[in-house]
Amino acid sequence: MNDRKPLYLMSPALMWLSAFMVVPCVLILALAFFRRGLYGGIEYTLTLENLALVVDPLYASIFLKSAWIAGLSALIAVVIGYAAAYAISAMPRKHQPKLLFLAVLPFWSNYLVRTYAWIVLLNREGLITALARWFGFEGELPKMLYTEPAVVVGLVYNYLPFVILACYAPLSRLNPEIEEASRDLGGSGWTTFRRVTLPMTVPGIATGFVFVFVLSIGNFVTPALLGGGQFQMIGNLIYAQFLTANDWPFGAALSMVLIAIMMMLLTAQTFAAERGSGGRTEES
Amino acid sequence: MKSAPLPLMLLILGLTFAFLYVPISVLVALSFNESGLPTAWTGFSVKWYGELARNGDILKAAGNTLIVALASTVVATTLGTLLAVGVEIRRRKGRFLETIIFAPMIIPDIVLAIALLSFFSLLNVTMGLHTIIVSHVVFNLAFVCAVVRARLKTFDWSVVEASQDLGASTLTTLRRVVLPVLSPAVVAGALLAFTLSVDEFIIAFFTAGAGRDSITLPMQIFAMIRFGVTPEINALSTIVMGLSVLMLTLSQRLNRGRLPGQ
Repeated sequence: MNDRKPLYLMSPALMWLSAFMVVPCVLILALAFFRRGLYGGIEYTLTLENLALVVDPLYASIFLKSAWIAGLSALIAVVIGYAAAYAISAMPRKHQPKLLFLAVLPFWSNYLVRTYAWIVLLNREGLITALARWFGFEGELPKMLYTEPAVVVGLVYNYLPFVILACYAPLSRLNPEIEEASRDLGGSGWTTFRRVTLPMTVPGIATGFVFVFVLSIGNFVTPALLGGGQFQMIGNLIYAQFLTANDWPFGAALSMVLIAIMMMLLTAQTFAAERGSGGRTEES
Repeated sequence: MKSAPLPLMLLILGLTFAFLYVPISVLVALSFNESGLPTAWTGFSVKWYGELARNGDILKAAGNTLIVALASTVVATTLGTLLAVGVEIRRRKGRFLETIIFAPMIIPDIVLAIALLSFFSLLNVTMGLHTIIVSHVVFNLAFVCAVVRARLKTFDWSVVEASQDLGASTLTTLRRVVLPVLSPAVVAGALLAFTLSVDEFIIAFFTAGAGRDSITLPMQIFAMIRFGVTPEINALSTIVMGLSVLMLTLSQRLNRGRLPGQ
C-alpha cells in the first residue's frame, strides 16, 4: 500500500485525539495566562499572575512536599521492585512468565479498591490494630491512617507492579555470559552485581523511578483517601481550584507546571534508556 | 539463570507477593464475614452481596458504568485498530505522530480531566454520560492501538502485497487478510479498554457534570470510601476486582500470554 492510504485509516483516531486531547490541553495552557473573573469565571486579559502565584511560598511548599512524597515513593518502589524483578529473573525460565503475570495482576485491578484495602488494614479499628490486640498488645497504637507514611505506602503499593515490569525487562535480556565472564575474571557475586549487572539495567531502574514519580506527584486519589482531608498534594490543589475554589486560571497554571516537571523527567528517562541500550545485547 | 543464592531470592519473592496480595485478600475475606467487622469472624456469609443487590444507588451506578464502558470500547476499538494498521503500514515513523499516540497513556489523569472539563464547559456542552464516553475513548483508543500494534510488529506485510497483486481492493485486503490475523489482538485490546473504562475514576468524575444521574461505579465507590469502611464496600470491591481479573486473564490468553504493557 502506498503512503497515502494510511492517512485515512489513521484520521478518525487522530481527529478524535486532536479534538478531545490536544485542543483541551492547549486550552489549559492558554487559561493559565488569563485572569480569574470576579465570580469565578474567566476574564480575558493576559496576565502572568497565576504563574507567579505558583512560586508563592505557600504553594511552592505544596509542590516541594508532593515532590518529596513522590520521590520517596519512587525510591522505595524501585528498591523493592528491582529486588523482586531480580528474584524473578533468577528463577527457572519456564516459571518466569507466570511469576511476572502474578506480579502485574494487581496493577490492573481497580485503583480505588487497592487504596481502600489499606484503609481496611490501617484504620483505628482495622486489621493491624486487631492483630496487635490478638498478640496481647494493650497500649494505644500510633495513628496509622491519614498520615504521610500511609500515603507513601499506598503509592508504593499501587505502582510496585509497574516497577517490577520495568526492571524485569533489562534483567531478562541480560546476556548470562557477561556475568560469567566477570566471575571468571575473579569478580565476586556482589562485585559482579554492582559493576556489571546493575549498570546494565539502569534503563529499567530509570523507567521505573520516573513513572512512579510522575504518577505519584500528580496523584489526588491516594492523598485524599489515605492522607485525610487536610493532606494536600498538587493533584488535590488542582482539584480544589476546579471544583471548589473555582479559580480555573490558577488551576491551569498549576497543571502547566506539573506537566513541565513531568516532561523534563520523561525526557531525562528517554536519555537514560538510550544511553543504557548501548551496552546491552540487542533484543529481536 | 543467575548464580544468586536461591533461598534469598525465594524470600524476596515471598515478601513481595505477600505485600501485593495480603491487603486485597483481606478485603475479599472480610466481604464474606457475617459480622462485617475486621475484628471478629462470625462465619461465612454472602449477605453483604445481597445488601448490594438491594442498593438502588449502586445498581444505578453499575448500569451507568456498563453503558460508558460498552460505548467507549466500541468506538475506541474501531478507531484504535484503524490507527494501528495505518501507523504500521507507513514505513516512515514520525516522532510527532508517536508522541500524539503515546500521550493519552502518560498524561496524568487529573490534567486530562480538568482539560476536558474546561473544554466542555467553555463550549457550553451539557455534561453527562456522553461526555464521559467521549473522554474515555481518548485513552482507550491509545491502549487498543498499542495492543494491536504489538501484534502487527510480527505481521508479514508481503501477504498484503500478494493480496493487492491479486487484485483485491484495500478494503477487501483489510477485511479478508489483515483482520483475521489481527482479531485476537483486537479482542484483547477491546477487553483491556472495557476494563480500563470500568475502573476509571478521575476523568469520569470531572466530565460527569453535576447531579447524580451520571454517577459511575468508581465515583460511587469513592463517595462510599470517604465515609469509612463498610461491609458493603468490601463486597462491591471484591466484585469489581474479580471482574477486572477475569477480563484481563481473558485478554492475556488472547494476546499470546502477554498482559497489556508487558
